[in-house]
Amino acid sequence: MAGVTLDTVRKIYAGNVEAVKGVSLGIEDGSFCVLVGPSGCGKSTLLRMIAGLETISGGEVKIGDRVVNQVEPADRDIAMVFQNYALYPHMSVYDNMAYGLKNRGTPKDEIEKRVNEAARILAIETFLARKPRQLSGGQRQRVAMGRAIVRKPQVFLFDEPLSNLDAKLRVQMRVEIKRLQRALGVTSIYVTHDQVEAMTLSDKLVVMSGGQIEQVGTPSEVYRRPETRFVATFIGSPPMNILPGQVEGPGRVSVGGQSIAVTDMREGLIPGSAIEVGLRPEDVQAGGVGTSSLTMDVDFVEELGATQLFHGKVAGAEFIVQASTGQLPADTRKLTLAVDPGNVHLFDPQTTKRLGRV
Amino acid sequence: MEKRAHISGWTLPLLLILPQMAITVIFFYWPASQAIWQSFLREDAFGLASEFVGFENYVSLFEQPEYYRAMVTTAIFSSLVAFFSLACALLLATQADKNIRGGQAFKTFLIWPYAVAPAIAGVLWLFMFHPTLGTLSKPIKAIGIDWNPMLNANHAMTLLVLSATWKQISYNFLFFLAGLQAIPKSVIEAAAIDGAGPLRRFWTVIFPLLSPTTFFLLVVNVVYVFFDTFGIIDAVTGGGPAGQTTTLVYKVYADGRLGGDLGGSAAQSVILMIIVIALTAIQFRYVERKVQY
Repeated sequence: MAGVTLDTVRKIYAGNVEAVKGVSLGIEDGSFCVLVGPSGCGKSTLLRMIAGLETISGGEVKIGDRVVNQVEPADRDIAMVFQNYALYPHMSVYDNMAYGLKNRGTPKDEIEKRVNEAARILAIETFLARKPRQLSGGQRQRVAMGRAIVRKPQVFLFDEPLSNLDAKLRVQMRVEIKRLQRALGVTSIYVTHDQVEAMTLSDKLVVMSGGQIEQVGTPSEVYRRPETRFVATFIGSPPMNILPGQVEGPGRVSVGGQSIAVTDMREGLIPGSAIEVGLRPEDVQAGGVGTSSLTMDVDFVEELGATQLFHGKVAGAEFIVQASTGQLPADTRKLTLAVDPGNVHLFDPQTTKRLGRV
Repeated sequence: MEKRAHISGWTLPLLLILPQMAITVIFFYWPASQAIWQSFLREDAFGLASEFVGFENYVSLFEQPEYYRAMVTTAIFSSLVAFFSLACALLLATQADKNIRGGQAFKTFLIWPYAVAPAIAGVLWLFMFHPTLGTLSKPIKAIGIDWNPMLNANHAMTLLVLSATWKQISYNFLFFLAGLQAIPKSVIEAAAIDGAGPLRRFWTVIFPLLSPTTFFLLVVNVVYVFFDTFGIIDAVTGGGPAGQTTTLVYKVYADGRLGGDLGGSAAQSVILMIIVIALTAIQFRYVERKVQY
């Protein structure tokens, strides 16, 4: 087993397009690291550089203590699960899983032992003789996983492995991947644009945007204390509401003329200066009474079963509030929102960075 | 739900397929049936009278040692051309598939030979390898080979194989390139991570995935060598020396046009037609039933 270390890794494509702009990151041995971000944020490119499928334009990639910049993918001791599974269509499931071992000259009985063991873990024993085209999407996904685990690599790389599955299967496979990674204890790097996958799978969550890392932390750290406005609106569903506001004084901001108390606020902000106020839809109490409150004009309500989403406007900005079903009548037109000072996030309108306590 | 247009009556459908049918009938079925009819006739030396002789033309054909020799020549010629043109085209296609500078120009130039008419291609190669005029015969002679495709049957065959292969590479190249581009990149990448070097990757992943293309091209190439190389043979060797490079299709021409034996020549073309129909049938069955994946 080995950790992975990235030191100011860059990828510059022809035409001077910088896809990855100097990313540094340490991934501990045996941990599950998820790279999450919107399309084109460089997360897949970064993963492919770790795999050796893309050349590294600058910086250093280390697997364990070894710098692998110039090492062939085959010699990096990694295994990768691709989005489209990338199974060999002309080989049986058994041969698909055995291929990597055969190429490395593993003895035949050892190959058989390992493939059968992996097949047992993934419950695909009955398909070993079939061709990939005779399998369903979920089964193909398992074979792709099997191909990765038989090799017993130092690092697993996952490139959006669940995005071709239907919603139900995705949840199921997500749980299985997590369980498998726990059982095997292999360092894993997982790329996804799905923030639910990112939150549920990761020990270490890396949020990327525009070829750079926005924030690194545990899922709860990233959710509780987003470092930038981008992270705040990207992680969490529905996304965090951002309202325009003004600094009133230490621990107080105003939104649309209504004063709000804030716990986590940087000291020395100039009163009267503009500030962005972030509130999660699930963190405001609709119809509740608190120390500070906001009024909201409701446009419409979305029913989600257990919860309802009230869409509307607060101080002229779009706002969403989540409430338990039955808590409020569906024809509510005006809402009073109670705001807990501990749940207010402040961001600099220029730099979009968090203006919390240092 | 599939949407279908419903046309009542037969007039419009018939009218629409009429041009296609007319061309097929006039240029294929009619001459083909004439050939079949002719193969049962024997003409006198001046073409003034003909009599019905049944299968006599076929019988006498299979009594000729020259016919068997033409079969062997055709077999050798077609297997050599098919093998070399497929192998060269595959090699070029794998190289062109890589991201190289000027790859597009490379591809365009490779396709050009296909636009050259067979007879012109033949003359071109004949000039280059002509025993006395050829620019390339000199270096061959210089290394001690008494190069003379006019007199030496092996040399003549070599020259034919060269020119026929050269012309066919473009066509095969295009299909192989398309075939290669249809293989998902991630499958190749997966194989690279699975520890297969470039050569091993080619033989265990790429080549098997190309097998439907390869099989299709094999059939097309054999048909090409059977028929379309006529121009090249006529221009380069004229079937010689001493009939040693006479293939089945060239013999049809030599016996019928030059020898005046229309009945025998027709019988040969009927046999050729049967061979090609069989090849095509095999191809269709194979491609439909046993595509590799």
